[in-house]
Amino acid sequence: MKNTPGILLAGFVLLAAAALLGTGCGNKGSGKLSAGALAGDAASAVYIPPGEHDEFYGFFSGGFSGQVSVVGLPSGRTLKVIPVFALDAEKGYGFSEETKPLLNTSWGFIPWDDAHHPKLSQTKGETDGRWLFINGNNTPRVARIDLSTFETVETIELPNSGGNHSSPYLTENTEYVVAGTRFSVPYPQKDVPVNTFKENFKGVISFISVEPQHGHMDLAFQIMMPAFDYDLASSGKGPSHGWTFFTCYNTEKAYTLKEVNASQNDKDFIAAINWKKAEEYIQQGKFTEVPAEYASNRMNEETQSAESTMKKSVRILDPAQCPGLVYFLPTPKSPHGVDVTPTGEYIVGSGKLSANLTVHSFDKMLKAIENKAFETEIDGIPVLKYDEVVAGVVKEPGLGPLHTEFDDKGNAYTTFFISSEIVKWKIGTWEVLDRAPCYYSVGHLMIPGGGSRKPQGKYMVALNKITKDRYLPTGPEMNHSAQLYDISGDKIKLLLDFPTHGEPHYAQGISADRVAPNSKKFFPIEQNKHPFRALGEKETKVVREGNVVRIYMTTIRSHFAPDWVEGIKVGDEVFFHITNLEQDWDVPHGFSMMGAQNAELLVMPGQTRTLRWTPKKSGVYPFYCTDFCSALHQEMQGYIRVSPKEANVPVKWGLGEDAFPL
Amino acid sequence: MKTLPRILMVFAVGALMMLFLFPMWRITLYAPQYPDGVTMYIWINKLEGETPGTIQNINILNHYVGMKYIEPDAIPELKYFPTVILAMGFLGLLAAGLNRYWGYWVWAVLFGIMAALGMYDFYLWEYDYGHSLSDTAPIKIPGASFQPPLIGTKDILNFVAESYPHTGGYLAGLAGLLALGAGWLSLRLKKKAA
Repeated sequence: MKNTPGILLAGFVLLAAAALLGTGCGNKGSGKLSAGALAGDAASAVYIPPGEHDEFYGFFSGGFSGQVSVVGLPSGRTLKVIPVFALDAEKGYGFSEETKPLLNTSWGFIPWDDAHHPKLSQTKGETDGRWLFINGNNTPRVARIDLSTFETVETIELPNSGGNHSSPYLTENTEYVVAGTRFSVPYPQKDVPVNTFKENFKGVISFISVEPQHGHMDLAFQIMMPAFDYDLASSGKGPSHGWTFFTCYNTEKAYTLKEVNASQNDKDFIAAINWKKAEEYIQQGKFTEVPAEYASNRMNEETQSAESTMKKSVRILDPAQCPGLVYFLPTPKSPHGVDVTPTGEYIVGSGKLSANLTVHSFDKMLKAIENKAFETEIDGIPVLKYDEVVAGVVKEPGLGPLHTEFDDKGNAYTTFFISSEIVKWKIGTWEVLDRAPCYYSVGHLMIPGGGSRKPQGKYMVALNKITKDRYLPTGPEMNHSAQLYDISGDKIKLLLDFPTHGEPHYAQGISADRVAPNSKKFFPIEQNKHPFRALGEKETKVVREGNVVRIYMTTIRSHFAPDWVEGIKVGDEVFFHITNLEQDWDVPHGFSMMGAQNAELLVMPGQTRTLRWTPKKSGVYPFYCTDFCSALHQEMQGYIRVSPKEANVPVKWGLGEDAFPL
Repeated sequence: MKTLPRILMVFAVGALMMLFLFPMWRITLYAPQYPDGVTMYIWINKLEGETPGTIQNINILNHYVGMKYIEPDAIPELKYFPTVILAMGFLGLLAAGLNRYWGYWVWAVLFGIMAALGMYDFYLWEYDYGHSLSDTAPIKIPGASFQPPLIGTKDILNFVAESYPHTGGYLAGLAGLLALGAGWLSLRLKKKAA
């Protein structure tokens, strides 16, 4: 207490000096940055004049929203939200008959999942702008989004998995999308006491092949691993192409109070999987084909309808029977992220409870394997000696390292959740070059191409877990915040703060010129092979088969054809098959039916979409176009007459006389 | 030197035949919500939009004010114009064979008359589309007509309409000039020889 007057005095003097100099420090908390602290002209660096386009597309996962949002960078403007593992009443995704099968699983229709890690398809280690893959963590799944339509076109379920977290982290020519389980589960799944974890549980890692022309996914094989938690992954590039690396924590095999019990070992592992070797073993037939049940769901481009197929078996490789398939690299301590440098030489392991950041060398790993520098073996998997594989350590860079991305100049950027910052360090010398605070508690980060062989550099985005006071308050729950930084110079410069949708766990960035030119404006109507299409008003009709009524309807500015239908009865199962005849960009028509326990349809030009309706009450009910389509949009409406079950009203339909001759 | 007029005339016929390879006219509508414009091409034998949906899109726009639908099959000129052009080509080759200055000039004058008639016909079609409006049109603007310009630029409601020759049209014009040139050259050669 002796010093108190001195400190007070010093504070007083400083305040006086500040007042004299007129440099108000602002009244914000110490963690806040005043606008004046932004480097240079940050506003103009992120300002995109009206009508002009962003330089990059950003694809941000929505986490528990089950969606992906498309964000323009550097502006931070949200361009679109794509439903993946979520119902979307706006677009009718998961509500229309055509899209429902995409959410099918061995459990039946599951309308939601926890969408974590988006990953852009690659060719020769570079993002090619064709597809975006994303994992569903809860009921293990992987989805594929087509970047010509920005729509989810395929999902595949993963058997024997318990939480698909280390996924999709694809290989450098998109040969495989990977999927490791974060929660080990009994294998085969069975009714056993939880405390038999060590005897009965296994962790399975899946390799999903991607057909190069259409992107179709198939479960190629699974690898039966010890019952650890497989957290994140990164596929090799260049020299390390052919390998995929997975972090493992809970090598203690704890099943209860994991926050303590899974945090005891000084070192856990990075599992290095030689998938080219796996291919050889598959070729040699060294797999066991085991029964499994999982859904493979694909959008058929011609029929514009998704089809769900239930698969019956999977090929499983046992590392104990397949020497050279898997090695463990000891890594302190509960490693979370694993990231391979653009050269493919270094493997960065972020031990989230470790004071240091561990970097392994791929070269050293190969030599250690050659020299059999093994410490021990777990379930037939050799554990390499730590000293034989480690390339370097970034010493005490921050607290709680999670993820690393790379720029195009040989630097790495690692997020630190606890110390809420991103640290820039040099690959090879392991020295810390710079650090930037994040607001607050950053999880993943993203540099366009930062996980590929050719990072595009320029910008970096921090994806934060905590928002608190960054924006106007919106009640207890707030959208998560992101920060955009300029990383083109020596120093990291903060440019922009922007809210995101859901909880982005990861994001991808790609220069717009790799995606925008392929973006579809509409679906050519002559290619529409939907089984219930009506490619002109002459083809519209109403067909009754028993109590199923199919209404083949078309839309064009500004009417439905037909726009009145009679002969529908209470208890019927009515399908509105709506074909949008428009062939112009950005002219969708909507369709909504009063009393339908369903969403609307938003039908793109040239597309057919189906809404199911079971009328409950007799009367005459309106339907209308929900998308303000034209000057006569308010007139785009119609009526359906619903008669009692026993009524004898004939099926009739029509459209006024001066109709558009289509 | 003597064969030069003949060569010019053959080129003229060649240029005229380009009408079968390129559109002769272009009409584009611009409005803020149509950043790329809505462009229709007029060929010697067909109407074509910039995209397969363009004619439909123009018809959708037109139906608000009750204009007729553009139905290429209902325009008889598109059926007999190709024959006229082929006949002109044949006559052009005949003129080249004859290689007399008056032969070229007769062809050029004939071609000029044809072109003028064609333009007049085009005007009549435009007039008809712009003025024959449906009684049940959703939008009626008293006294307004929606006739596109014959050539040039004109404001039509929220659109700026542009109407200009296209490659085929310019080459056809060149054909006329080449024929005139062939006649002039042929006359000069004749005078020189005399």
